[in-house]
Amino acid sequence: MKNGSAYVSMRDITKIFGTVKATDNMNLDVTKGEIHALLGENGAGKSTLMNMLSGIYIPDSGHIFIDNKENRFTSPRDAIKAGVGMIHQHFKLVEVLTALDNILLGYNVGLFVNKRIQKEQINKIMEKFQLDVDLDKYVFDMSVGEKQTLEILKTLYRGARILILDEPTAVLTPQETVKLFKIMRRMKNQDCSVIFISHKMNEVMEIADRVTVLRKGRTIDTLIKENSNPQELTELMVGRPVDLSIKRIDKLTDKVVFKVRNLRADNEEKVEVLKGINFEMYQGEILGVAGIAGSGQKELCEALAGLYPIKEGEISFKGEDLAGKNPKEFITRGISMSFIPEDRLGMGLVANMDMVDNILLKQYHKSKGFLVKRKPAAEKAKEIIQKLDVITPGVHHPIKNLSGGNIQKVLLGRELDSHPELLITAYPVRGLDINTCLKIYDILNEEKKKGVSILYIAEDLDSLLGLCDRIMVISNGEVTGIVDARKATKEQLGLMMLGNKEVDNAD
Amino acid sequence: MQIRLVKKADIGTRRQTLIFLAAIFLALFTTGLFILFLGLNPIRVYISMINGAFGSAYRLEQTFVNAIPLIITSLGIAIAFRMKFWNIGAEGQIIMGAFFASYVALNHSDLSRPVLLSIMFLAGFIGGAIWGFIPAFFKAKWGTNETIITLMMNYVALKWIIYLQFGPWKDPSALGFPKIPNFAENAILPKLFGLHIGWIIALILVVLVYIFMNRSKKGFEIAVIGESINTARYAGINIFRTIILAMVLSGGICGIVGMIQTSGVNLTLSKEITGGVGYTAIITAWLGALKPHWIVLVSVLFAALIQGSSYIQSAFGLSAASAQLFQAIILFFVLGSEFFARYKVIFDWKSLSKAKEDRE
Ligand SMILES: Nc1ncnc2c1ncn2[C@@H]1O[C@H](COP(=O)(O)OP(=O)(O)OP(=O)(O)O)[C@@H](O)[C@H]1O
Ligand SMILES: [Mg+2]
Repeated sequence: MKNGSAYVSMRDITKIFGTVKATDNMNLDVTKGEIHALLGENGAGKSTLMNMLSGIYIPDSGHIFIDNKENRFTSPRDAIKAGVGMIHQHFKLVEVLTALDNILLGYNVGLFVNKRIQKEQINKIMEKFQLDVDLDKYVFDMSVGEKQTLEILKTLYRGARILILDEPTAVLTPQETVKLFKIMRRMKNQDCSVIFISHKMNEVMEIADRVTVLRKGRTIDTLIKENSNPQELTELMVGRPVDLSIKRIDKLTDKVVFKVRNLRADNEEKVEVLKGINFEMYQGEILGVAGIAGSGQKELCEALAGLYPIKEGEISFKGEDLAGKNPKEFITRGISMSFIPEDRLGMGLVANMDMVDNILLKQYHKSKGFLVKRKPAAEKAKEIIQKLDVITPGVHHPIKNLSGGNIQKVLLGRELDSHPELLITAYPVRGLDINTCLKIYDILNEEKKKGVSILYIAEDLDSLLGLCDRIMVISNGEVTGIVDARKATKEQLGLMMLGNKEVDNAD
Repeated sequence: MQIRLVKKADIGTRRQTLIFLAAIFLALFTTGLFILFLGLNPIRVYISMINGAFGSAYRLEQTFVNAIPLIITSLGIAIAFRMKFWNIGAEGQIIMGAFFASYVALNHSDLSRPVLLSIMFLAGFIGGAIWGFIPAFFKAKWGTNETIITLMMNYVALKWIIYLQFGPWKDPSALGFPKIPNFAENAILPKLFGLHIGWIIALILVVLVYIFMNRSKKGFEIAVIGESINTARYAGINIFRTIILAMVLSGGICGIVGMIQTSGVNLTLSKEITGGVGYTAIITAWLGALKPHWIVLVSVLFAALIQGSSYIQSAFGLSAASAQLFQAIILFFVLGSEFFARYKVIFDWKSLSKAKEDRE
């Protein structure tokens, strides 16, 4: 078999799960010193393909060559021996151990561990790739970005020359993403290969050398980035022309339905995380929330849904104060929250249950009697599959087997379906492909037209500026200003996110 | 050469059944070798084992008498396990159920039979429920480890019965022999088709628990908590109350076993009342995949195994140890098959470069 100059070569790879052909005779070539992006809609088979390259799944048929040698991996250990390491979206670190112990864990087979010598080796790698990890820090003290760097270091220490990053930026702040890209470039300069999965087109355009586009389990094409553009890539991905602009519709009324006054809350360490938040929402508007990750978005969201204990303040919905009420009362009043957490499945969905039961979760207490009614939930499930193009073998398939993006569609579809009056949605497009993102924006606009007030928390400034009526910026648990999204600029938002209040130009 | 384990994706029920049958076959084969070694004909031994478990009305009755407490206790355990609440305190819950029921039986034998039995039934439930409530409350309130607390409470319950048996409840007419007086006629479970009506109770409970776990709102909430506490909170489920409810039911159902065993089988209370059912039922609940209908099947088979091997013990003059060995081998294979259903073992004979040469 001839593989040209390819360092990694995957040939005719097929993997079938039950009735789903996750990858159908896929091909991929990656050379040394290259950053190779994989693009594809949700469920296209990106993660599955990479899981086979890193030894987690075994292909049903096909061949994997590394440096012109055929490999048959049966475990991640095999793969790492051949130089392939994968960083998953869900980190595999032990929280109660230090960074150093995590790196050494399970790697040393010998009886005695000479930590000093190994520390030196690790330091050398850190220097070579200019990674910045505090080896004595405990993992539970680390931010998401730090954990990711640690995972990369761990993988490099075990000898990886080919690094696979599955949606690494989905959970990073823009600053952390910049750092990650620096690391990736350094790896490239050291002649390593990096395979990068992302749904964010601007990131792909910034960092990739070549791009392979996948669609519905098949390889469509591999292009050199320089010779392509986002429009073309998107069309290859989706299979037809797509209009990439975000639409905004005008807000309908000036009726205030939701008011938050002086909302304060402490976290478990008794540190104040919400420091007197004030804002109000109109009927039928989309209010964006921008801020650096960890500025209090999560706490705000949960507090507004009755899930986070608040210290003082007022949450009034149509004139009624809901502060201190339990989550059920928020739900019955038509307040719905969908928070897409960093690990997607953490809150809101039950991974081992099927779609029907997950939809039932938000419906069952509405029906009368002692028993649950699954029929309507099953019908709803089918509706959501239709409306959001969820790719799944069926409504009775455990949702943990769906692709990341499809899991998210299930969550969002369910929340929208409860016909809320106030929809709190945090990071709803995290990990969704472009086409689905646009669809989600359309759906939000549709809800807005119906008079639903939407609190839209996001990290992507472009979507905030394009979709929202107003944008509230929070920094360190405080509101630094509420601006008109039609007039605001990215620079202005950026300054406010850093805590600068002067640039406020609210109406 | 290298050997290693790879976790399999979910396998279908068909393959699972096949693996299970293969395990049974292997178990019979291995015990067969052992029987040959003892100088006996394995086929004959197996036939008489089946014969011993099902061969006559009396033996059949014995098998079912053993199966009833296993079924009911497994049901109770399954409710808790569905919530990932590791209740290994069924033993204690049975004992407390037996204690409460016996208290009623010994002190109110003047009541009419239906009334007395109904109150005993209720008392059994309450006794087990209290023993289930305590660890649930500790867990829900302070996040204590339920495994340790339920286990410790087994010993507390056992010591309490021993104290009663050797002290205040000792039968004065038993010539100093430490036993609790037998129940009056009124406090004994009637029979239907030659078997105490515990079997009807068991069947009713199977249906009720099935409906509760698969169709009821509370059962659904219990399953959600078992999968993800955070999601349960998000859906507005009252976690404290649901944990308590699940364990009150779990313990209560185990308590019913205590009532049935005292009133239907032993006709009194003693420290041997459980016969280890509280622990055995953990195995049957797991093998039955926490599903009520499978639990019935597994429990009956398990009871037959015990009954059958004690029969061949006398029929062939085997030692108690060898009969127990049969049970152990069969269990070993069946539990082991669970492992093979979940993992794939890979033998790596040749090095990777060799594999490439083979190809070319
Ligand atoms: N373990 C599994 N069992 C059953 N089906 C699976 C399993 N893993 C993946 N699939 C299916 O294979 C298909 C491809 O999934 P994959 O996770 O590779 O998609 P993806 O391209 O990574 O999508 P996303 O961008 O949403 O993460 C999906 O339809 C998914 O439902
Ligand atoms: Mg994926």
